Amino acid sequence: MSTIDERPPAPVLPLYEPAKIPPGAPSKVDPPAGADLITVNFGPNHPSTHGVLRLIVTLDGEVVVGLDADIGYVHTGFEKNFEQKTYWKGIPYSPRMDYVAFFANELAYVGAVERLIDIEVPPRAQWIRMLFAELTRIHSHLIYLCTSAVEMGALSVFFYCLRERDSVLDLFEMATGVRMHDRYPQFGGVAEDLPKGFYAECRRFLADMPKRIDEYLDLLAGNPVWKSRYQGIGTITGETAIAMGLSGPNLRASGVPYDIRRLEPYLAYDQVEFDVITRPGGDAYDRFMCRTLEMYESVKIVEQCLDSMPSGPVMANDRKYVLPPRHELHTSMESLIHHFKLVTEGFRVAPGQVYHTVESPRGEFGCYLVSDGGAKPWRAHFRAPSFVSLQSTAMMSVNRYVGDMIVVVGSLDGVMGEADR
Amino acid sequence: MTSAQLAAAVKKAVPGSVTAHEQGLDMPTLTVKPEKLVEVATHLRDAMGKNFLSAVSAVDHLGYGEDVAGYFGTERGRDMNATGSWGTPLTVAQPPKRFAVRYHLAHVGDGPTERVRIQVWLDDGQEVPSVVGVWPTADWHEREQYDLMGIHFAGHPNLRRLIMPTDWAGHPLRKDYPIGGEPVQFTDAV
Repeated sequence: MSTIDERPPAPVLPLYEPAKIPPGAPSKVDPPAGADLITVNFGPNHPSTHGVLRLIVTLDGEVVVGLDADIGYVHTGFEKNFEQKTYWKGIPYSPRMDYVAFFANELAYVGAVERLIDIEVPPRAQWIRMLFAELTRIHSHLIYLCTSAVEMGALSVFFYCLRERDSVLDLFEMATGVRMHDRYPQFGGVAEDLPKGFYAECRRFLADMPKRIDEYLDLLAGNPVWKSRYQGIGTITGETAIAMGLSGPNLRASGVPYDIRRLEPYLAYDQVEFDVITRPGGDAYDRFMCRTLEMYESVKIVEQCLDSMPSGPVMANDRKYVLPPRHELHTSMESLIHHFKLVTEGFRVAPGQVYHTVESPRGEFGCYLVSDGGAKPWRAHFRAPSFVSLQSTAMMSVNRYVGDMIVVVGSLDGVMGEADR
Repeated sequence: MTSAQLAAAVKKAVPGSVTAHEQGLDMPTLTVKPEKLVEVATHLRDAMGKNFLSAVSAVDHLGYGEDVAGYFGTERGRDMNATGSWGTPLTVAQPPKRFAVRYHLAHVGDGPTERVRIQVWLDDGQEVPSVVGVWPTADWHEREQYDLMGIHFAGHPNLRRLIMPTDWAGHPLRKDYPIGGEPVQFTDAV
């Protein structure tokens, strides 16, 4: 046993050094051999790991020298389950993957099926979807902000963010009937038109939100404690980030303007004005800034949705795939039978495959569907941005203190439900 | 770029690699021989700008199109091709082998994404070379497909189960994996 005096001094850590892809497996850093090291298990149940992420950390004193991330603790077999359900029944199931950005998952799944069955979505439905997609982005970034702040001990931000999150969920409740996991987008459109009073309520929220974002930035962006914890931590260059498959704010914070809304416009993103926020640094602070500034852009898009949303139907008129309107069920037996058949048997989808991507708040969310001509997907596979980004935890965390590892995990903004599926 | 142009360009750089191409609903698809996969991947990344691997999706085609399950409620599903069945007769092209591993690629940086899909066909137990050396992000993607679909990626530096417990038996996303009635796992853990 060595006494405290005999121990070597704490190592001086290299600052602002970008993460390198480790030799061997890129998602794992092997500890050096022969040193006096200790292996600690962080998680799967640890308050700082954003759900059930397990980090097998090898420590030299307080410095992380080896790390292996392990996932799968909330694996619930989404993809297998999708194969057992008709296409219809996949809609309410899909938002449960990334429960923080629920609407983005639905959009990816519904969009993929719509491409397979080649159904035209009316413009108003596209705009309504876009409105809620951006509200979801605000919601997800608020959750990121509050949870990562609480990990740093900034408790007050947590309450402020949840207050605004509640307003977003109120808007969801108004239009869809539920606060989360809404089944609102359906093949060919959205379930119903926006309710009375939604515009006024939404405008009230939009008038309020930019001031709130100002407040978060006032609280955190210039805060010396926050900066000392965030700046230069988990730095990754754009090139490495692309190689590791990062997307969304994680990649844009490294200076790569990859935004599917801009590059492959879906919905009506080519008809609204917004900036793709990029930051040059690639560290945790820039990822935080990128997300926070993106909320301003989302507010701008929602405003434009309210201003210039076209009128018209919200559901395609293709009865092969679309449920008959509710009021017809009371007067028309054929509609009732049709409704029953669509819900129980579903509809057949021509054989084929499609990979449909949307810009989820966490990055590129892709839905890959294979159809064999039946009423259920032959194979459903989801490209979850959290799953991909958590691979970089190891390379970003090594040679830093344990506390910085917490910052790295928080700043990658992983949602374990989505990573494990 | 159409799939024919893409196939011609890849064939020119890596002779004998592309066996088929298809324009596809969403992006051009190239069918590649497994032994040439890494060469094709390197060429696509270096010469054609496909620096971003979006996803690796393995598909099991066991029983594909044989018994299209359209009817909800019977054990085997309803045979859509039978006379008097609901819908029009349907003939599904049979896949050449049981498994397909599909790599969704994109260009990230300046300009459009220009997505491309490359696929390899595999028999059960046949190995496919790992592309971790080409796109490091393939690490977990391949581990996931190994875990859930039982595809062996030769040369992967850390091919272990990722999602399921390490002592799990079988690969759940395979079509012959039992749904319901399987032995309860962890019963001996108490």
